[in-house]
Amino acid sequence: MQRIGVFVCWCGSNIAGTVDVEKVASSVAGEPGVVFTTNYQYMCSEGGQGMIRRAIKEHGLTGIVVCSCSPRMHEATFRKTAQAAGLNPYMVEIANIREQCSWIHKDKDEGTEKAVILAKAAIAKLNLNKPLTAGESNVTKRALVIGGGIAGIQTALDIADAGYEVDIVEKSPTIGGRMAQLDKTFPTLDCAACILTPKMVDAAASDKINLYTYSEVEAVSGFVGNFKVKIKKKPRYVNSELCSGCGVCTEKCPSRKAPNEFNMGLNNRGAIYIPFAQAIPNVPVIDPEQCIKLKTGKCGLCEKNCTAKAIDFTQKEEIIEREYGAIVAATGYRPISLENFDEFGYAHNKDVITSLELERLMNAAGPTKGVLLRPSDGEHPHEIVFIQCVGSRDTSGCGKPYCSKICCMYTAKHAMMIRDKYPDTKVHVFYIDVRTPGKNFDEFYRRAVEEYGVDYIKGMVGKVAEKDGKLLVQGSDLISNEQVHIEADLVVLAAAIEPDPSVRNIATMLTASIDTNNFLTEAHPKLRPVESPTAGVFLSGVCQGPKDIPETVAQASAAAAKVIGLLSKDKLTGNPCVAHSDELLCNGCSQCACVCPYGAIDYIDKEVNDHGKREVRRIASVNEAVCQGCGACTVTCPSGAMDLKGFTTRQIMAEVDAICR
Amino acid sequence: MTVNEKELAERVIEISGVNTRKCMKCGKCSGTCPSYDEMEYHPHQFVSMVEKGQIKKLMESKSLWTCLSCFACIERCPRSVEPAKLIEAVRLCVIRQQGANHMKACSVPDSIDENMPQQAIVSAFRKYSK
Amino acid sequence: MQVNDTNKEFRPLIVAFCCNWCSYAGADLAGSSRLSYPADVKIIRVPCSCRVNPMFILRAFQRGADGVIIAGCHPGDCHYTSGNYFARRRMTLLFSMLDYLGIERERTRVEWISAAEGAKFSATMNEFAETISRLGENRRLEDLRCKE
Repeated sequence: MQRIGVFVCWCGSNIAGTVDVEKVASSVAGEPGVVFTTNYQYMCSEGGQGMIRRAIKEHGLTGIVVCSCSPRMHEATFRKTAQAAGLNPYMVEIANIREQCSWIHKDKDEGTEKAVILAKAAIAKLNLNKPLTAGESNVTKRALVIGGGIAGIQTALDIADAGYEVDIVEKSPTIGGRMAQLDKTFPTLDCAACILTPKMVDAAASDKINLYTYSEVEAVSGFVGNFKVKIKKKPRYVNSELCSGCGVCTEKCPSRKAPNEFNMGLNNRGAIYIPFAQAIPNVPVIDPEQCIKLKTGKCGLCEKNCTAKAIDFTQKEEIIEREYGAIVAATGYRPISLENFDEFGYAHNKDVITSLELERLMNAAGPTKGVLLRPSDGEHPHEIVFIQCVGSRDTSGCGKPYCSKICCMYTAKHAMMIRDKYPDTKVHVFYIDVRTPGKNFDEFYRRAVEEYGVDYIKGMVGKVAEKDGKLLVQGSDLISNEQVHIEADLVVLAAAIEPDPSVRNIATMLTASIDTNNFLTEAHPKLRPVESPTAGVFLSGVCQGPKDIPETVAQASAAAAKVIGLLSKDKLTGNPCVAHSDELLCNGCSQCACVCPYGAIDYIDKEVNDHGKREVRRIASVNEAVCQGCGACTVTCPSGAMDLKGFTTRQIMAEVDAICR
Repeated sequence: MTVNEKELAERVIEISGVNTRKCMKCGKCSGTCPSYDEMEYHPHQFVSMVEKGQIKKLMESKSLWTCLSCFACIERCPRSVEPAKLIEAVRLCVIRQQGANHMKACSVPDSIDENMPQQAIVSAFRKYSK
Repeated sequence: MQVNDTNKEFRPLIVAFCCNWCSYAGADLAGSSRLSYPADVKIIRVPCSCRVNPMFILRAFQRGADGVIIAGCHPGDCHYTSGNYFARRRMTLLFSMLDYLGIERERTRVEWISAAEGAKFSATMNEFAETISRLGENRRLEDLRCKE
């Protein structure tokens, strides 16, 4: 028989406000096994934990039930408390009477009644708990970073700096990501390339960092500390070892039809191309969809002109298999498609552009060499309209319900830079709200207004129509209560951003959860912002939610710190709540192995003693280091031999009984 | 706000099925409205006036009848607030008052323009007749 | 049977099996967002929806539950890769058996609720509790020996 102590937490007034905590404590005092009950203001505080430790010793408790917040919050805390008092940490059960009781029920009697039932269910379960010991597993001292943008680069650099090996897998031909496309960065206006390229070079030069560019993650298996990853290396058709990066091939290539992705399609590139001058690696890649030689067998001009003999049309896709201890997702973002926003005429008017396109038009390495020219006729625009929140904060289904966070600031930056470079240009910004919460951000926006005379109009544009080469912008000015009509030369749309679509597939491979907007979910929105709920998987950058460069870098370093913390351990304590087969009941039918997603179940021939009868039987044996404790096998087992420690069939049944009593 | 006006506001919300609280005051409805200059109150004001319960002011306003019911504001509202439905509902409040027709039903055919879109004609009938 | 009287006072007993990674976290989010649902819903935490043995559901009905709901991660998002698919198949079989036994189809349900969907959790539970209240007490599977 267990000796159970029940500890009811008030959580200040969070629980005590709608649950009569004293009544909960007294109501469960007569439950089987319960020898001690009490309540306290904050069970998780040092005082509360001390109370638990003393009670365990004084009353010789064999298990404790804490009626408090969600086990996802403080189960680990109370397990440590129990352990400190000499109890097995798995002899702790939590009754969630805050999130799933006091916070959602207004009526005190109702809340108290439910809290008592939840406490009784936890007691019923605890009566059947057994001390559990976690197994240990090794840690592969190597990390994988998926995505080679600023987030991935920063994470990799920090991990490498701590002395661990890191691989970056980047799907495009170069690292650098979105930041490489930007011209200047807010709020200091330093040039993006000037601060990014040194980091790219550092990553390439580090002997701890290994770059897999033009590669994708193909499959992930394993678990924290022991991931096995298949990486698909797409053929570049250029031998990286031989190539000198001279770029002659890219000039000779006769195919010129492919839109240049790096310049957001504002100009074309060859079939063999280097995305941009500072690309790393500085090795061209042949686009098989565009290459005349690969499509028709004729051409090969690049091959003929390559003095290094680096062109290799016979290259094949390669699959590389590697083991990692930790994985960081840094898959980044893209601007949303504007097909749902016909009113702005983006699809049929060349002079309606997105902010990222403007970024390329302003960039010295861009299609116009940094001179701001209209895409339609190459003229200088004299009146420019910026429209903010295009597709952001949109619950109509056309766009995204969230704020994209970066648009207010980059629009202020664009407006300011245009006014600075071309003072004769009029710049109007239509805004719903200007959101500038960041260090020196509001000052930056006010400078655009006060020093540079940018015309901020509180209101939204309803439509953009073309007339005689001009763009007629019709919008509302809510402050002066007028409808405004502007004849603009250029309209710039601050398109919402969304997670890169590759993240869906990657999330599935990593078993990392994803929210309704395809952002990866963090383990806790406040306290564990860079960890995924899946152990060993970490989040870096916009894949977790919209953020600007400073925030991305901060999160990238935070993710790196978490990875370093993990890799610095020699052994990892596993989850003791794993499956276990009763050798007397198992008939070796193999059904459990069929449903196990981890391949954790093997069959062994073992001599068993079945009530005095000794015989060798084929029985299931669970590899505890590999089992993750989902319980799929327990339900499949036709003989009831397979059970899940910590969530045994009897324990769950006891909970059902306690609730239904 | 008088009691009567509170009831009116509730009726407008009920008829239109619009949740005015969803409005984030971006002004895209007014930015998109083709008859903006004909109105004394504009689509975005309609939303906030209904929310504040200023229905009588709206009922007496000329802009109620200058709305074309083109539904551009409904189409383009990023929060699905549907201002034109509010306008339609306030019109119904006026129409349902005895003897308060804006114009006689028999005079409608004379005002129909051949180039008017079908949707506008249907709306016009709702707008001008009982 | 005094249907009218029992319906007036009737508070259903609903057991919700929630997977630890998505739906239990979704319930926590509903809680921290203060999105209420009836106290009749009692949650049992399981590691994954595939841990829910059909036996648990039968046991709940036997002991007097009026409705049982199983909530797991969205298809494709299972923390254990494929657990929710197993749950879906098993429950489909169980539900058709319950149907055969004459248990109203609405008394049991499988829902996919992610950790980010607190609002969906609360809406689902409200709707389910309402459905069960309308159906009234479950008597067909109740074990009379369990009556006090």
